[in-house]
Amino acid sequence: MSDKPEFNQARRNILIATTCAGGVATVAAAVPFVSSMLPSERAKAIGAPVEADISYLAAGDMMRVEWRGQPVWILHRTKEMLDAVKATNEKVADPKSERKPSELTPEYARNEFRSIKPEYLVVVGICSHLGCSPSDRLKAGPEAFDPEWKGGFYCPCHGSLFDLAGRVYKNKPAPDNLKVPPYTYLSDTRLLIGEDKKA
Amino acid sequence: MMNRFLRVFGRAVAGLAARIAVPIVLVVPLLAGLVVPSAIWASEADIKLEAAPIDVRDAVSLQSGARTFVNYCLNCHSASLMRYNRLRDIGLTEQQIKDNLMFTADKIGEMMTIAMTRKDASDWFGPAPDLSLIARSRGADWLWSYFRGFYRDPSSATGWNNTVFQGVGMPHVLWQLQGDRVLKHEVVKDSTGREVKDGHGNIMKTVKFESVTPGALSPVEYDTVVRDLVNFMTWMAEPNQVLRKQVGIWVIFFLAILVALSYALYKEFWKDVH
Amino acid sequence: MAATEKHPITGAGPFNGILTWVDERFPLMATLKGHLTEYYAPKNFNFWYYFGSLALLVLVLQIATGIFLTMNYKPDANLAFASVEYIMRDVSWGWLIRYMHSTGASAFFVCVYLHMFRGLLYGSYRKPRELLWIFGMLIFLCLMAEAFFGYLLPWGQMSYWGAQVIVNLFAAIPFIGPDLAIWIRGDYVVSDATLNRFFAFHVIAIPFVLAGLVAAHLLALHEVGSNNPDGIEIKKHKDPKTGIPLDGIPFHPYYTVKDIFGVAVFMFVFAVIVFFAPEFGGYFLEYNNFVAADPLRTPQHIAPVWYFTPYYSILRSITINFFWVDAKVWGVIAMGVSTMIFFLLPWLDRSPAKSIRNRGPIYKGALAVFVVCFFILGYLGTQAVSEGKTLVAQICTVIYFLFFVLMPWYSTIDKCKPEPERVSK
Repeated sequence: MSDKPEFNQARRNILIATTCAGGVATVAAAVPFVSSMLPSERAKAIGAPVEADISYLAAGDMMRVEWRGQPVWILHRTKEMLDAVKATNEKVADPKSERKPSELTPEYARNEFRSIKPEYLVVVGICSHLGCSPSDRLKAGPEAFDPEWKGGFYCPCHGSLFDLAGRVYKNKPAPDNLKVPPYTYLSDTRLLIGEDKKA
Repeated sequence: MMNRFLRVFGRAVAGLAARIAVPIVLVVPLLAGLVVPSAIWASEADIKLEAAPIDVRDAVSLQSGARTFVNYCLNCHSASLMRYNRLRDIGLTEQQIKDNLMFTADKIGEMMTIAMTRKDASDWFGPAPDLSLIARSRGADWLWSYFRGFYRDPSSATGWNNTVFQGVGMPHVLWQLQGDRVLKHEVVKDSTGREVKDGHGNIMKTVKFESVTPGALSPVEYDTVVRDLVNFMTWMAEPNQVLRKQVGIWVIFFLAILVALSYALYKEFWKDVH
Repeated sequence: MAATEKHPITGAGPFNGILTWVDERFPLMATLKGHLTEYYAPKNFNFWYYFGSLALLVLVLQIATGIFLTMNYKPDANLAFASVEYIMRDVSWGWLIRYMHSTGASAFFVCVYLHMFRGLLYGSYRKPRELLWIFGMLIFLCLMAEAFFGYLLPWGQMSYWGAQVIVNLFAAIPFIGPDLAIWIRGDYVVSDATLNRFFAFHVIAIPFVLAGLVAAHLLALHEVGSNNPDGIEIKKHKDPKTGIPLDGIPFHPYYTVKDIFGVAVFMFVFAVIVFFAPEFGGYFLEYNNFVAADPLRTPQHIAPVWYFTPYYSILRSITINFFWVDAKVWGVIAMGVSTMIFFLLPWLDRSPAKSIRNRGPIYKGALAVFVVCFFILGYLGTQAVSEGKTLVAQICTVIYFLFFVLMPWYSTIDKCKPEPERVSK
């Protein structure tokens, strides 16, 4: 349109400046919309940590708590159960919980029994294969799926097996051990599921 | 000669008027909407309301108001759209909220509801409205005037009445703080001592509050409690209002730059046109 | 269009190849040229010509904010009111999205009313733009419906009772009225069934229709080209060599750049309202609507939102039963005619001149009086009825209709200037 080079230069400069400002405006305008899709206060409140009272949980028994829409199992393990955990070391695919540690096994659960205190196992009761909730087969003894069953969990959907520390058996459809959620002891009889102990 | 002058003059005036009038016609309603509180409040009444001396940025006032609200109001009213953990915005810690302000809830993420069901409440003393948004529907000025408008009225069901809300079903919950008052009607007299009549021929009376028994607080202290309560309720009706204005300043500032830049761009391109 | 030969695209640097590939399979360059770079618009557009593009901007804004609101809104009578407050309090930046949508609704009407007024000023509805005007009027009707359906969604007292009153207007129609009202509501009173279907209309049905009508509106415009403040047809005088109208300039870059400036100013004003006065004195967000709908308690004072108040005034001003028909029905008819009569403008206006700049004092006076009446009717629509106010409304209603009814007569006797050949500067 214009011939004079000064005009073209001035025009280009204002155009670039306005385009940049407009770009910033667009990004800034997009922020509220994108962040509105993050979990709302209600979702965060519903997903808040859950307290569990384990004072009445007898040895050998298991209780279920719901956290973030998921079943969390709290198993009060007997001495026999703890021995069974040691015995299944060879049968499980990932005995030391080395796979995906940041996802499945927090620091305090990277031990022999995958828990803060050996007597209480806390795991999310969802099979790592396709999401069914396994049934508990806590008693040792011959079972259809394993004549030398030491106790643990059996997933009815596709036959995955987990031991009494939530570790997945070898050669089963499920690839990973059961997830240990963040949890901490508020006292000897109260657990808080969903939150780690504050440093 | 005269005709021509009138035509030229008329056109000039019309042109000027159009250039001035059009922006005025467009801008004045905009400004009026910002400045003039108008439209219909939910109170409907033609009562003169006093302006509420509140400032929603005053965290101390809001905290005091929160305490008054929880202690005096949440027994019968709910604020079921207000989450307890939102009170962190006015400078309280979760522990402070849990210790001092949560009587009907276990978890900090819960809403401020009351213990009784709505049906029970309705049966026992009539439906007490939810207060989450009352400051937006009735207005802060109404609430300020309301809490300072109670007086003893033996003819009412509760023994109380209110100059702002005649026949209100709510008793004066804060009466122990304010004390008892009655309404005194005084006949207006002119300088000669004769009664003054209004436009309809009725004798004019002024209405004054007369204190019967003093309350635990002095009038100034009571007004402070009410001010803080109204402040809190105004904040609670729109907890984001302070953030809204803070963000707004930045947005306006940035848009001003954008207006200037786009104007320069427009003028630059339009140099070509003629 | 398709008969013109396509050439490889140049000047796009590294994108030349892919753009040529697209252009061979899609009318990319034809569209860009035909509607932007080689679409010629009159060079004398003024202030009144911003509002078309601004209305389009507001439409996009409403759709964008509307989508995000729909992510969290619950169209259930028990949940709706609380879900709006959920958006305001619990959803990250939800309050901003809500305020943009509520302010945008009012901004839409401001832009559309000013856009229509431009049409009255410059005769933009005259031949050959009658169809353009008709599409525009259809957009206006859809917009009113969209606003009406949308207003029920917050399920506040004004939402509920406003809907109740307006649907009952349909019940006033003789014979079929009551059944029609039940069919619209899906129930005997405004209820959850009504809310759900109004939600469907507001979110899906009407936006689709609006989008289609806006496209038709723009296509019709580009077919004949824009009018301008001098009312002349720029296509009458073209450059003999290029065929380009002498008073025309390509839409891009001139009007894209000018409209961007318009957008910036608009967004500034919009932001002032959204961030500092979203309620706008109770006119954009009505105070009574912060009270949840109560089917058992009617608020003392129901008024429609400000953009409907002129028509509401006209509706209320008919108080006499004519012949054997109720005043109520005449009121509905009057209200309906008052919006529909705009459709007839291209045929009511018989003036030889298009633009007000070339028209005589009669039209100028008539238009001024019409505008003043419109504002008075609007104001009266917000107020409660009284004898004096009803009389004023009736006078204004008569003037309103006379503006149109007498137009074939006064537009011919008016003393007009001859249409200029070229645009003034």
